[in-house]
Amino acid sequence: MAIVAQSSKFSTYGRPILAWGVGLLFFFPIFWMVLTSFKTDADAVKPEHLLFFTPTLDNYLNMTENYDYWRFARNSVITAVSATVFTLFVGVPAAYAMAFNPSRATKDVLMWMLSTKMLPAAAVLYPMIFLAKGIGLYDTHILIITVLSLINLPIAIWMLFTYFKEIPKDIIEAGKMDGVNTWGEIKEILIPLAWGGIASTALLVFIFCWNEAYWTVRLTTIDAATLSKLIEGNRAPEGLFFGRLSAVSTAAVGPIVVLGWFCQKQLVQGLTFGAVK
Amino acid sequence: MGRIVLDQVSKSFGDVEVIPPLDLTIEDGEFAVFVGPSGCGKSTLLRMIAGLEELTSGAIEIDDEDVTSVSPSKRGLAMVFQSYALYPHMTVRKNIGFPLRMEKMDQAEIDKRVETAAQSLNLMDYLDRKPGQLSGGQRQRVAIGRAIVRDPSAFLFDEPLSNLDAALRVGMRLEISEMHERMQTTMIYVTHDQVEAMTMANKIVVLQAGVIEQVGSPLDLYHKPQNVFVAGFIGSPKMNIFSGPEAEKLGAHTIGIRPEHTNVSMTEGTWEGRVGVAEHLGSDTFIHVHDTGLADMITVRITGDISVKHGDKIFLTPQADQIHRFDPNGQRIA
Repeated sequence: MAIVAQSSKFSTYGRPILAWGVGLLFFFPIFWMVLTSFKTDADAVKPEHLLFFTPTLDNYLNMTENYDYWRFARNSVITAVSATVFTLFVGVPAAYAMAFNPSRATKDVLMWMLSTKMLPAAAVLYPMIFLAKGIGLYDTHILIITVLSLINLPIAIWMLFTYFKEIPKDIIEAGKMDGVNTWGEIKEILIPLAWGGIASTALLVFIFCWNEAYWTVRLTTIDAATLSKLIEGNRAPEGLFFGRLSAVSTAAVGPIVVLGWFCQKQLVQGLTFGAVK
Repeated sequence: MGRIVLDQVSKSFGDVEVIPPLDLTIEDGEFAVFVGPSGCGKSTLLRMIAGLEELTSGAIEIDDEDVTSVSPSKRGLAMVFQSYALYPHMTVRKNIGFPLRMEKMDQAEIDKRVETAAQSLNLMDYLDRKPGQLSGGQRQRVAIGRAIVRDPSAFLFDEPLSNLDAALRVGMRLEISEMHERMQTTMIYVTHDQVEAMTMANKIVVLQAGVIEQVGSPLDLYHKPQNVFVAGFIGSPKMNIFSGPEAEKLGAHTIGIRPEHTNVSMTEGTWEGRVGVAEHLGSDTFIHVHDTGLADMITVRITGDISVKHGDKIFLTPQADQIHRFDPNGQRIA
């Protein structure tokens, strides 16, 4: 009885407190960043102005007027959207093939795909730069889209594979008996049934593409530079301008947070897909 | 039309041969049942006919046409799955009409056919529901509807009733039999339940370990089982099978005698035993007899009212003309 009483006391008071605590801990840096974006560079580094300061929009105005925020934002949208579409375009059929027509090599192929994520990006940095420059694709959308797609494909295929595995094989076979071809199976049966999983995979891939910095910073200069590059570009020899940096970061994170907020239900559903039938 | 011929068909998964080469002919309009214990290869055989499983060797002909490498949907067969395999995102109407839509049939014609099928299966009130809102029996009806609309040359059923409760199973069994009488279309039905096989089939194919043990009508199999396996598999309760001196006395290595072919007396008979459990079903009573020296347990069926208690002494006498005799290899002796 004592144990029951204790655990119920924990679930009434302890658990919410713990949840809020963890939540705030995670939220605080973002909150701090947003707050700092409304401070002057001078205020930003003064501890006494951590919470109390005179808010200013200077950083944002500076960002749009002097740094061409919208061009970077447009590049981010173009590359992230295209890379997400391309990743799904390749990933859905690949995961479909492995989930419903597995061969003896399927497990090895999956492992091999994942193993490409084990390679440190730094190890291929210079070959990539030389290659990109050699074929004349350095600082182009096409290069960034390709790179973003390739680094996200393994994880996308793994996710889709897991979702597709949840679909009973019988339903696909019934489709075969009913006269659908391979494309029909994907369009009529697979996509409608795995919609939640596909949507959350797409969202996750999009977030990864949007936030990707290692490659986008190093493989672009101006034409294809994304918001990550803009953030990175706010360094100066004199040091960091925390106010400006925070404004740029907030403006870079903003769209993705809003998108995530709207897709929250879909995302949670997708991530817990299969847990509850 | 729907005459299906299997010619030296075999299947291996890797190095494991699950079905050694076999021949089988199912005539047009026949109701053939593949029956056998689980893992005997009956579902694999059905899936090979459907085209969902590739053949390792051999050929399949439907109406004299070699379909071995023809895709499932082009074989003109319809299949009903154990799990129903309905499309959960489509309404009943869409589910039943799906194969027709894939054939690019005219929408008006699709609607007409779907309604006809739904009417014959009592599904008219559920046409706009999704499968998730239906009971098991209704789902199975939808699956059958989806098969009917295509007007196939043969229906394939893969243990379609095993997910239903006992009462529903009996009802659906009758419905499928009725459907066969009405349509006279070839049906191949896979089950592990010998009662389903006996009640529905014109032709039963008994399989064990991928090998056909016997093919015949239900009563053929019941009266003349070709070997010990079929003898033990067909009939409920099971045939009593034993070997030893008592079997030798009756002129065979192994003897089989059905529960209903044993006379029971409390005073005299060939074999003496002790009553174990008596199962009273009203019309029949099944008595499990122990300590006969023949087998661990002998089951006998008696009709009418007879009161026996656990531990009573009891005498059994086999009906001489109903004894099945088998040689040491388990094959029937004529």
